[in-house]
Amino acid sequence: MAKVKGAIVIDVDKCKGCEVCVEACPTDVIGMADEVNIKGYHFAEVKNPEDCIGCANCAIVCPDGVITVYRKKVKA
Amino acid sequence: MKEENITTTDIISDENLVYKKTDLMTDKTLSYCPGCGHGTAHRIIMEVVEEMDMTEDTIGIAPVGCSVLAYEFMNIDMQQAAHGRAPALATGIKRTWPDKMIFTYQGDGDLAAIGTAETIHACNRGENFLIVFINNGIYGMTGGQMAPTTLPGMKSSTSPYGRDVKLMGNPLKITELVAELPGTYYVTRQAVHTPANVRKTKRAIKTAFKNQMENKGGLNFVEIVSNCNSGWKMSPVDANNWMVENMFPFYPLGDIKLDGEKVNKE
Amino acid sequence: MGELRLMKGNEAIGEAAIRAGVDAYFGYPITPQSEVIEYLTAEKPEERTGMVVLQAESEIAAINMVYGAAGSGKKVMTSSSSPGISLKMEGISYMAGAELPCVVLNVVRGGPGLGTIQPSQADYFQAVKGGGHGDYKMIVLAPASVQEMADFVQTGFDLAFKYKTPVMLLSDGVIGQMMEKVELNDAVPRWTEEEIVEKSSWATTGKKGRERNIITSLDLDPSSQEKHNQKLQAKYREIIEKEVRFEEFQCDDAEYLFIAYGSSSRIAQKAVKIACERGHKVGLLRPITLFPFPEKKIQQMIAQLKGILTLELSAGQMIEDVRLAVEGKIPVKHYGRMGGIIFTPAEIVEALEQKIIGG
Repeated sequence: MAKVKGAIVIDVDKCKGCEVCVEACPTDVIGMADEVNIKGYHFAEVKNPEDCIGCANCAIVCPDGVITVYRKKVKA
Repeated sequence: MKEENITTTDIISDENLVYKKTDLMTDKTLSYCPGCGHGTAHRIIMEVVEEMDMTEDTIGIAPVGCSVLAYEFMNIDMQQAAHGRAPALATGIKRTWPDKMIFTYQGDGDLAAIGTAETIHACNRGENFLIVFINNGIYGMTGGQMAPTTLPGMKSSTSPYGRDVKLMGNPLKITELVAELPGTYYVTRQAVHTPANVRKTKRAIKTAFKNQMENKGGLNFVEIVSNCNSGWKMSPVDANNWMVENMFPFYPLGDIKLDGEKVNKE
Repeated sequence: MGELRLMKGNEAIGEAAIRAGVDAYFGYPITPQSEVIEYLTAEKPEERTGMVVLQAESEIAAINMVYGAAGSGKKVMTSSSSPGISLKMEGISYMAGAELPCVVLNVVRGGPGLGTIQPSQADYFQAVKGGGHGDYKMIVLAPASVQEMADFVQTGFDLAFKYKTPVMLLSDGVIGQMMEKVELNDAVPRWTEEEIVEKSSWATTGKKGRERNIITSLDLDPSSQEKHNQKLQAKYREIIEKEVRFEEFQCDDAEYLFIAYGSSSRIAQKAVKIACERGHKVGLLRPITLFPFPEKKIQQMIAQLKGILTLELSAGQMIEDVRLAVEGKIPVKHYGRMGGIIFTPAEIVEALEQKIIGG
């Protein structure tokens, strides 16, 4: 059965830490960092990379367009 | 290839790219507050312009309000209008460059208070352009004052005890109002707080531009009900939830007018 | 030689606009200039040249339609009369800030407020000193005949595009409403889209083969906003240097000088004749550009003059610019009427004798 695996790249310096992506992720991949970025925001970071399905929901709702999404088909 | 062998590094390569910020958004950091819907709204408009291959023919109009600097972020030809006058600018451009694709981007204060006359008359004349109307029920840029769309009872810096409609008047449902005018062709109300809503809004903007391109004979009006977490004094996620619970019942999402005909909500 | 016609000033403007290859006119009716849009709509310019004519919902909308089209490189104009021009001032200030070319006609009526529909010259300050907010100027041309109403359309656009600035034609109810012989230029074609893209590389015509163009008057960075303002001021200095226009009438051996523009200057001509018959050596200086003002010309004449009488259909506005030029060296007095009343040549001569010669 074909399965997809995803990965996201977050431009942490441009992230404003709004957490909208965290809400939008169906597989709880994203969390907020304990440390802050150059703007002083707790930025979004990938907490559970293995669960990412590359659905792009996070990137689509990100107001600042800081998330890039990749997806690859893999066999189970 | 076995799943366990795939690493994140394997996936992150150009051939696997599924979503990247469009180049029609500049690299400037958006001037908006964290979680503000403006950024998403800007981006999907630019995505549609790119996908419809009309970068060279599109001219946008920025308003006065939080999105006054929209021209810094949208990487196309743009004009910046005086407060409320964007539909007049758009009329001037579209009438003299009928083959160009024209849109205005306006907030509630700009479009539904100071610019009401320009909005109504551009709609009523059936000008063939797109108005994108961001309604967050507040004046964001000047610090959270009452807007024409502020809900009854809703607090703002000029209705600090909540909007008293007897004293301050009623919120204006200008989108329903312009849908009544024979000059509007497509009128819809959408939102950008969830992935599904973003996708729907993007489709609406695409429909609007397609109508304009095909000269369907009427103005296309896309309202986006959005948040203002700074003005509402909430966290971005809470603001989105508050919007769903309070704004959407008063400003229900969905198409109001399609192909020049009012949508029957019965 | 162009075509000769008997026309009202307001109609001549409309015809001249079509013939000058103007792309669009956006207006709103107001007395005493409604004939401009009436003439234009009757002429079907969309068939003659493709020119767009649209009656807007207000003067505010009209000037902002002008902003939009001008920002996209088109030759656009609007017209109104005093109360309507006040409404346009916001848009004019934005256009000055964004450096957009356009021609705005003001067929002045009496004020303040709704005032009267009769002619006046009480909008001099508004036209010449800026009118809207911010440090800006418009080039102001003052037609004194139906012929000049027609001619200044082209002149106005030439200057507007040369300096990327709004140009005002400051007329009044006399010039707008009266009929005179006018020689109309042959029609020139409107600019093609290719010509516009080439001529106005700054305009928003679609980002094709270049970086994006932005039309805005906003700059939140104080140092670059100051730089922008300095650039505007440098432009105004260049305009002052190069674009002063005036007409002299019997100035060579004059001892006394009338200074009057527009309709007043026509009455002043007759007054010069009467004054000469009464033994006074009087000349007339007619500023054609009110900004830039013919300051140097006045200064050159000071040595030969005993006094100056400015003639305006107002409480005295241009007189301030005359006094700035004269710097107190000789007496400068004002004679004017208000409320839509026009002075007679005899009244002017009487004022000269009382205020200047006898004063």
